[in-house]
Amino acid sequence: MKPGNLLIGAPMERVEDPRFLRGAARFVADVNLEGQAHAVIARSSIAHGHIRAIETGDALAIPGVRAVITAHDLGPEVPVIPLRLQPLAALEPFRQPMLAHGKVRFVGEPLAVIVADSPQIAEDALERIGVEIEPLPAIVDRAHAEAGETVLFEDHGSNVAIRWTAMRGDAERAFANADYVRRETFRIQRHAALFMEPRGLVAQWDATARKLTLWGAAKVVFANRRILAASMGLTEQQIEMIEVDVGGGFGSRGEFYPEDFLIPFAARLLNRPVKWIEDRREHLMTANHARETECEVEIAATADGRILGLRGRSWTDNGAYIRTNGSVAPRNVAQFMSGPYDIENIALSTIQLTTNKTPAGTYRGPGRFEGDFVRERLIDLMAKDLGIDRVEIRRRNLVRETQMPYPLATITPYESATELDSGDYRELLDRCLEDFGWAEKVKLDGQLVDGRYHGIAIGCFIEGGGAGPSENARITLETDGSISVYVGSASVGQGIETIMAQIAGDALGAPFDRIRVRHGSTGHVADGGGSYHSRSTVMGGSAIVLAADQLRDNIRKVAARALGCEPAEVTLDADTAKGPSDESLALSELSEESIEAEATFSSDKYTYAYGSLAAHVAVDAKTGHVEVIEVVSIKDVGRIINPATLHGQAVGAIVQGLGGSLLEHLVYDGDGQLLTGTLADYMVPSAECFPNIRSTVVELKPSPNNPLGAKGGGEGEIIPVGGVIANAVAAALADSGAEPFELPLSPPRIWALITEAQSHR
Amino acid sequence: MWIRFEVNGTKVELDVEPRVSLADCLRDTLRLTGTHLGCEHGVCGACTVIVDGAAVRACLMLAVQAHGEHIVTVEGLSNDDALSPLQASFRKHHALQCGFCTPGMITTAHALLTEEPDADAERVREVLSGNICRCTGYIPIIKAVLEARAHYAGEDAPP
Repeated sequence: MKPGNLLIGAPMERVEDPRFLRGAARFVADVNLEGQAHAVIARSSIAHGHIRAIETGDALAIPGVRAVITAHDLGPEVPVIPLRLQPLAALEPFRQPMLAHGKVRFVGEPLAVIVADSPQIAEDALERIGVEIEPLPAIVDRAHAEAGETVLFEDHGSNVAIRWTAMRGDAERAFANADYVRRETFRIQRHAALFMEPRGLVAQWDATARKLTLWGAAKVVFANRRILAASMGLTEQQIEMIEVDVGGGFGSRGEFYPEDFLIPFAARLLNRPVKWIEDRREHLMTANHARETECEVEIAATADGRILGLRGRSWTDNGAYIRTNGSVAPRNVAQFMSGPYDIENIALSTIQLTTNKTPAGTYRGPGRFEGDFVRERLIDLMAKDLGIDRVEIRRRNLVRETQMPYPLATITPYESATELDSGDYRELLDRCLEDFGWAEKVKLDGQLVDGRYHGIAIGCFIEGGGAGPSENARITLETDGSISVYVGSASVGQGIETIMAQIAGDALGAPFDRIRVRHGSTGHVADGGGSYHSRSTVMGGSAIVLAADQLRDNIRKVAARALGCEPAEVTLDADTAKGPSDESLALSELSEESIEAEATFSSDKYTYAYGSLAAHVAVDAKTGHVEVIEVVSIKDVGRIINPATLHGQAVGAIVQGLGGSLLEHLVYDGDGQLLTGTLADYMVPSAECFPNIRSTVVELKPSPNNPLGAKGGGEGEIIPVGGVIANAVAAALADSGAEPFELPLSPPRIWALITEAQSHR
Repeated sequence: MWIRFEVNGTKVELDVEPRVSLADCLRDTLRLTGTHLGCEHGVCGACTVIVDGAAVRACLMLAVQAHGEHIVTVEGLSNDDALSPLQASFRKHHALQCGFCTPGMITTAHALLTEEPDADAERVREVLSGNICRCTGYIPIIKAVLEARAHYAGEDAPP
């Protein structure tokens, strides 16, 4: 057993795949317990109002209905969903109760839980729940939210939840002395992660052992156990959370939602297993939304295109409540708007507003997609105004390798400072230009070909990853010589069984097929950080490397006793432990007990993958349709564990970004009704939409912040897509003077943009 | 209502409520949980099964409508030991991540290639455009299906 370098970097086929391909996976909807009851949730159909009555008698009268639970049944204090990240006291008034009481604040807010012998009976009963709500005006836009004539939280008295501020240098002075300043207003529409497997839970209460078991846990399982234990008056040790197969996350799944409390609560109340599976309409109106942001931002530069400063304000429409990670995107809009560029002076703030819509949370590249749209648009506008080439102006402003580590703006009030860790940003810009064929394609810019205007654009991005504070791993050499790896990271479908086995295999010098990875569930390690902020490979992988070192030491100690030598004299290979005089023992015969090691990897430094992305579009001015002819990207992640799975993440992220740039939009009417509550209304990319994506991932500059040298890489390519596509559309329509400032670039919007530009001619 | 049909080569006889969908019947009664429910309104394609050779959304078909039909689910497309050539091609091309849409992709592509083993990329994209995948961006799925075509042509073709 000696560390090798055979598995890391190899495009291993995934160990997960056979069960998925044959329909043998086990998602939470596939979990069935003897005697289980089924829950459905009664939800508000009114966006804002006072609850006057919830009549449950008719529903309870239906044979097979076992309980209808309202807020009154939850005890004197209705528990609220706490903040997992940025737990500031200022945000506490905006936390969501597990069931609405007093007021409802968005369409879809849970009012009651119905539990019945079958889901059909429960749904029948749902129709018999009588809800009386006295409507209040719904707040659905920034102007009304800021005006505050109607407020969601009377005790707080304002719809403004918090203001985040990112500061660096002296923006006032920079803007006062700049040769060039341009200020614009940008809007990014509300859209969502929309993972394909609906949320779901199966809860079982063992009254004798006073133990709760919950299937369907995901993402941040240990954090959710802490929340659940506190809200149910249990200890963490009384709760076991089990992660079965998880059908996609992208930031939204696995955060603590009301149902994560309500279903276990119902199981304990009835002393019977309870199952709940969300339907798609519920998903669209209750799982975290994302991205809705308006930005008034200005850029300052010298006459030769050196960016001096970014200054301005953004407003995020956070919806009705601030859930577990509700401040991540608003914070990131401010802190990361400068992206990979060397901008000395920054004064950016984000005002987080509450409105009568579904609460917002994180979605892949939270706040970064929004901020990059603003910045990349401003850079192209500036290049045009100053008469400088778009590529050259980027090259002039990218952070140089010699400036690493490079400090970004510091964010307050939950203070955080961070540094770009490593990278050669110009090199990847040049490689992207080369891969894309920029020199040739740029000739098409603004050209009318077969009735469509062609345009190209390129943008640069950074991707934050590897959030701390720590991750845990435990590795066991079993008595049959096989190896079990347990890690606190969670699967959201990204293939961690495979990549963690690659990392463990190399760290131990053990063959891939002898390793079995288990993850997510609370029984595997003492504590786990989970999977968010592209942290699994960096944090979980590094913990595995440390645990593997420890395991090799422990095996040497056991072998030394058996061989009658010192541990330092023992050498290990894949199958045997050898003593100083070449006597050897098979690892499978080393001990009658398994040999184990556990390790924690801690880090308070983020990793920053980085890269560039270019796009070629064709715009039909008559219909407003934008066809994406091609997208090409390149990214450096420092160290690649599995190039095939990583490439899959890159392409998938680009297509999601194209959906967010061109198609996806959660639309509300003036009464706060969601108009896009089915997949027929909420458009996501299909197999026909974006056939030409070329994506490259390289390992050029390792991260100095972890033993693998790896950088989190699960989100990056989504980040630049909005800005690059909008810039490509602007390039295509350059002759008309149309400049897009708002996403999505849907046919009606593009058509209106062109019509409007023509009317000013 | 008593109904009889054949699923993955096995005859079944069941008493179902008329309102039960074929998807719920397969999943809840027959415990064939490879057929997934992603939207229950016929848009996402995760529940696609093959009914007398045609790809059908099991969420939009009632179980009673399956009476007398031959149904193949994803579980019926490979034996216990090995992946089918189509499934192996998906694995080779990393045409899945979370795996939730995968059974519907496999059944849809299998039905297509059985009928049209020479389907070109455009045709494959057209047919799979009714199956939503949120992870892969579709590109590896199209590659996997195209590469599996050879196994559907000629004497090696699966039944």
